[in-house]
This record gives sequence, C-alpha cells and structure tokens, in this order.
Amino acid sequence: MNRFLLPLGAFLLLAVVLAVGIWHSPQKGVIASPLLGRPAPQFSLPELNHPGRQLHSAQLKGRWYLFNVWGTWCTECRAEHAVLLKVQQAGVVPLIGLDWKDDDAQARDFLTQLGNPYQAVAVDASGRAAIEWGVYGAPETFLVNPQGIIVYKHVGALTDDTWTRDILPRVSAAAAGS
Amino acid sequence: MRVPLVVVAVVMLAVLCVAGTAWAVDPTELPDPALQARYSALTHELRCMQCQNESLADSPVELAADLRREVREQLLAGKSDAQVRAWMAARYGDFILFRPRYSWRNAWLWGAPAVLLLIGAMVSWRIVRERTALLGTDDAPLEEDPPR
Repeated sequence: MNRFLLPLGAFLLLAVVLAVGIWHSPQKGVIASPLLGRPAPQFSLPELNHPGRQLHSAQLKGRWYLFNVWGTWCTECRAEHAVLLKVQQAGVVPLIGLDWKDDDAQARDFLTQLGNPYQAVAVDASGRAAIEWGVYGAPETFLVNPQGIIVYKHVGALTDDTWTRDILPRVSAAAAGS
Repeated sequence: MRVPLVVVAVVMLAVLCVAGTAWAVDPTELPDPALQARYSALTHELRCMQCQNESLADSPVELAADLRREVREQLLAGKSDAQVRAWMAARYGDFILFRPRYSWRNAWLWGAPAVLLLIGAMVSWRIVRERTALLGTDDAPLEEDPPR
C-alpha cells in the first residue's frame, strides 16, 4: 500500500504546485509592474499643445486620471485611439497623454486628424519619463487615484472590454464610496 | 606577384576584427577601463524588456539604448552595480534581472534543490539499510545453474 501512496502523494503535491503556478500567472505575456500600488513617478515635461508650458505631476494630484503612453510611430496606439475618444466622451476620468520619443509636429498632426482625447499631453523626448513609469512598449495605460497611487496598469491597446471591466468599476466604486 | 599565404591570412583576420566592432550594437566607451568592464557586465545581465530574451547590450531597440544610457550615466555618477540593479528592478521588476535576486518570496525556489537532494539521500540511505539488513538473514544457497 505504502509503495503506491508515496509516489501518488508526491505526484499530487507536484500537481498542486504547478496548478497554483499556472493559475497565479495573471496575464500571459504581460509582466507585472512593481509600480502597482505605489506612488506614480513625478515628472515635469513640456506640453505638446502649449509650447513653452510645462505639465507637472503635482498638478494632477487630488483626482483620478488615466495616464496613457503613446506615439505616432506605434500602430497599436492608432488602433486604441477610438476607445480613448470614447473614454473622453464618457467624462468619468480625464486622460493624460505621454508622447513617448516622438516628433512633436507629427504628434500634433495625429491628434488634429484623429481627434484629441487628452486633457493634456506631456512630451517625453528623451524617454526618461517612460522609464520612470516602467514602460516597455506603447501603448500602456495607468490608472492613478487621487492620492497619486497607481491602482491599475494595462499593457497594449485599450479595448472597450478593459475600459468597462477593469477601469470604470474602479473609478465609479471610489466615487460611490466617497 | 605572389603574396605569401600568411600575409593574406593576417589581412583577413584584421578585417574580421574590425568588422566585429562595427557589428556591435552598443558603441559606448567609458573613459575608465574598470568602469567599462562594469558597464559591459551590467548591460549583459539586464534584460531588454521589449525583446525579453536579449540583454540590453545585445538589443538594437531604442528602449534598450535608453536603458544603457541610464546604466552609463549612473556608473559615471559613482553608483554601485547593486544600486543600478535595484534602480532597474524598482521600475521593471525582478524580471529585468537575468540573475535573480534572493528574496523571501523566492526562497523556496533557491532551497528546493537542497531539500530534494536531502530527500533523495534519505531514500537511498533507507534502501541501502534495508538491503544490508536482508543480507544478514539471507543464508539460502544460490540457485543452481538451470539445466541445460
């Protein structure tokens, strides 16, 4: 009896360990950001649509915002643009853009042609701000709460699904609670 | 005119060497050779987050170049290797480190080989002990050769 019980036990233990490993990997191919639950990085960057003006992260404190990293060179960003416009129309949470390593004139053209969903767009010409946010591929979207804490991150194009399932409930639950 | 084979070989080898540096992704040269060695070691053990199976040193993408710039600037500013690694991991997670750090969360992973070895040693010790014990009681004569 013992002869079979021991290997069976070992097998079950291994199966449990592997199952936990598989179920706990959140989204395949997406790397969890260590910034989740931590304060959003501070920055002070030129504004795309107001040359000579700076956008400071301190100005954003005290309210929810979606921080969207994009660039005209990024095809996925073009794909998610319609969703961003819908988010803007919903009027629940303002969009702050980070134009990552891009050409300013091209970026302005892009927004004039497709519509500008952003309340403000910060220009990250050197790519340093994106590194501070742990960005590894545009588009990436962060949800920041009024305390300045990153509560959610989405890698890849924003979809209607992510908006209604992952972002909207977080913001409206907070609004209902306060 | 005949060129000796050795000369041809030397020239070809020289061309190959030059080509090698031209192919390198990262042309960075730091003023101090010791710093350059640390820079090279660090960029080889940090992951390019975009390509994921390449190191920063080998990756031609722009993000890798930006992260190499960070490594270079931080080394020139006198930061230690550990500080640079911690800075990277604070932004991109432990995933950026090709050489995983020891932490309480992954302690069981580091400990697993030792534990498994211990279990194996215990099992084989028990088997050996049981068989040695049997040896003393077994005084039956060896089986005779089967009839041919």
